[in-house]
Amino acid sequence: MMRRIYLDNNASTPVLPEVLEAMRPYFGEHFGNASSIHHHGQETRAAVERARNSVASLLGCRVQEIVFTSGGTEGDNLAISGLTGEGDHVITSSIEHHAVLHACRHLEEMGCEVTWLPVDSRSLVDPDDVRRALRPNTKLISIMTANNETGVLQPVEDIGKIAAEADVYFHTDAVQAAGKVPIDVKNIACDALSISGHKMHAPQGVGALFVRRGAHLQPLFYGGRHERSRRAGTENVPGIVALGKAAELAMQGFERGDDKKMSALRDRLQQGILAQVEESAVNGEGAPRVPNTSNIYFDHIEGEAMVISLDLKGLAVSTGAACSAGAIEPSHVLTAMGLRADRARASIRFSLGKQNSEEDIDFALALVPEAVARLRELSPAYRKMVVR
Amino acid sequence: MPSPQTIAVAMSGGVDSSTVAAMLRADGHNVIGLTMQLWNQRRLAEHEGMPEAVTGRCCSLDDVYDARRVAEHIGIPYYVVNHEERFERDVVRPFVAEYLSGRTPIPCSLCNNHLKFDQLLVVAQQIGAECVATGHYARVEYDDVRGRWLLKRPADRSKDQTYFLFGLTQEQLGRTLFPLGEMTKLEVRERARAHGLALAEKPDSQEICFVPGGDYKRFIDAYLSERGESLPETAGEVVTTSGEVIGEHGGVHNFTVGQRKGLGVATGSPLYVIQINGADKQVVVGRDEHLYSRELRARRLNLIAMDELREPMRVSVKIRHRHEGAAAMLEKLADDEILVTFDQPQRAITPGQAAVFYDGDIVVGGAWIA
Repeated sequence: MMRRIYLDNNASTPVLPEVLEAMRPYFGEHFGNASSIHHHGQETRAAVERARNSVASLLGCRVQEIVFTSGGTEGDNLAISGLTGEGDHVITSSIEHHAVLHACRHLEEMGCEVTWLPVDSRSLVDPDDVRRALRPNTKLISIMTANNETGVLQPVEDIGKIAAEADVYFHTDAVQAAGKVPIDVKNIACDALSISGHKMHAPQGVGALFVRRGAHLQPLFYGGRHERSRRAGTENVPGIVALGKAAELAMQGFERGDDKKMSALRDRLQQGILAQVEESAVNGEGAPRVPNTSNIYFDHIEGEAMVISLDLKGLAVSTGAACSAGAIEPSHVLTAMGLRADRARASIRFSLGKQNSEEDIDFALALVPEAVARLRELSPAYRKMVVR
Repeated sequence: MPSPQTIAVAMSGGVDSSTVAAMLRADGHNVIGLTMQLWNQRRLAEHEGMPEAVTGRCCSLDDVYDARRVAEHIGIPYYVVNHEERFERDVVRPFVAEYLSGRTPIPCSLCNNHLKFDQLLVVAQQIGAECVATGHYARVEYDDVRGRWLLKRPADRSKDQTYFLFGLTQEQLGRTLFPLGEMTKLEVRERARAHGLALAEKPDSQEICFVPGGDYKRFIDAYLSERGESLPETAGEVVTTSGEVIGEHGGVHNFTVGQRKGLGVATGSPLYVIQINGADKQVVVGRDEHLYSRELRARRLNLIAMDELREPMRVSVKIRHRHEGAAAMLEKLADDEILVTFDQPQRAITPGQAAVFYDGDIVVGGAWIA
């Protein structure tokens, strides 16, 4: 069996053993519908509310302000569609996840105006740009907390202040920040914030949306009065329990300083690569980043060939954003940062998870420089340059 | 059994390439499945007259899905590689430009030359594969006497795809495997069933992969309008072989040499398109006998069976995919131009198509009809 090391945790993370243990009884033993009045329903209702409490603690909000969803995409869509209406103006950025990007594009089709803010070469949104984009009919600002490709943390607290002063809703997609850095919705001053279970060691198919009390949110689904009529549909109890457990573990991790350990591990990987591979650099260098992500370009290579080569040797990383067919399209994030097309294609994202160890980093450091060297050897442009 | 090699298989999601992957895997090779994403089939879907959903063809999500299932079934790593930019530049744009200048292009040959046997070979090398195998019906052999790789017609003549492969270089042939070369289509389907491939009965694809329904005129309109380019003025006169103007036409790209219908000219005897003068935007029409010609000139010669055409040579020449091949003399006119003189006049020699030369089973080479 080939040794396989997974450094693509921004795509998805493994469910932690404690999380799996916590959710396991809710598949069989405790199976009730959380809306039922009998014993079985009461059991699962209690579990859902305990989980809500944990997620609310992670985000620094009230329990009533948590809506469980099917994941980050639903949370983003619910916030964006639910807080706006025809004729409204929305401000967002050009580096959002497709869940926000395409939801806003849909708003445009439905009669909203959308301002797409640019980013600088580090992938940072300028809060002054947000201020300048405000209009009398601006209803919503949606800017992500951390970018999925570069890991760069946006100035969401500054943007939150601007939104509050202008009395405009502020939503932030915190899918790539939750569990990696401490989050407090009071500090961000946001009205809505989405998180996803499988990016923080809970399973796929569960997420949560924080919606500030008093915010007028239209639901996406109509049905029963689940989640205070904000999200109809029987609760995904095992998933919700798992998300609650993952939130608890994340908070314990912050207390232990796990995030600092993670960033030390990431820095060792990053520095090790940069030291061994010339003509490579970090995308988003100089901006604050989540502790687990490093996006590096290697001039004169094709990221696609690199990902395949590394996968065939047992190392999972990513390049660009995967589309439905599984083909790789040039990253809109790196392009928006002003990265040359060839550099965008030559960029590889390494993203760590709680399961990664020092040995995993050694494994990557043994493979990556060699793979880059081999690909460059085959690149006519690079050979010509070296000879010259 | 030959020693195991690392082989990249170009998987389209069809029966042929899927069977190739299964066969090579069963032979103990280290097989990596690759699908080239070349064209976004939904790209022009919103344009007027274009079908909305395209299924069952190259690069559609269904085909990627099928290829992925085959890879999973036979237990090989599988990847989709994106070459849309290169495909548009080297295949789609020339395709449109050729039609607009009054010629009839063959995108499959361009795709083979620029994508399948160029980009894919590069990717294969990058990921550590020694060669690429495809589901083409053709044979490749090394000839010790000539010291060259030879491209030969397959055992199943009815599936012969060598016409589309005449542009392959020695280097490309040396790193290419055509495992279906000795098999008939029936045998291939049998093998597919034997390997438990669910798509053993999947029908063959026929049309140009990026032109849904084969309506290339609509495609050209939709493509240009998507790019914000207007269709260049290609309308002009319909003239007879003796130069008499007998009508007008809506654009040279609507015609192909040999075409009879859709001329928009009413006459007593049946008229055919004899020639299209892109420069003058003239469509020349005439009677069936005017379609016959004994000579053709062709450019951008690629020789496979020899390094140079030193003296005139007797060959059989195919002037389109479904052509039987006709006896002819092949000679060099200039550095990049050849003359083909047929023993018997040939009908509807069409600029933009390829002339491919055969010596028995061996593909001598080919060139683009001028």
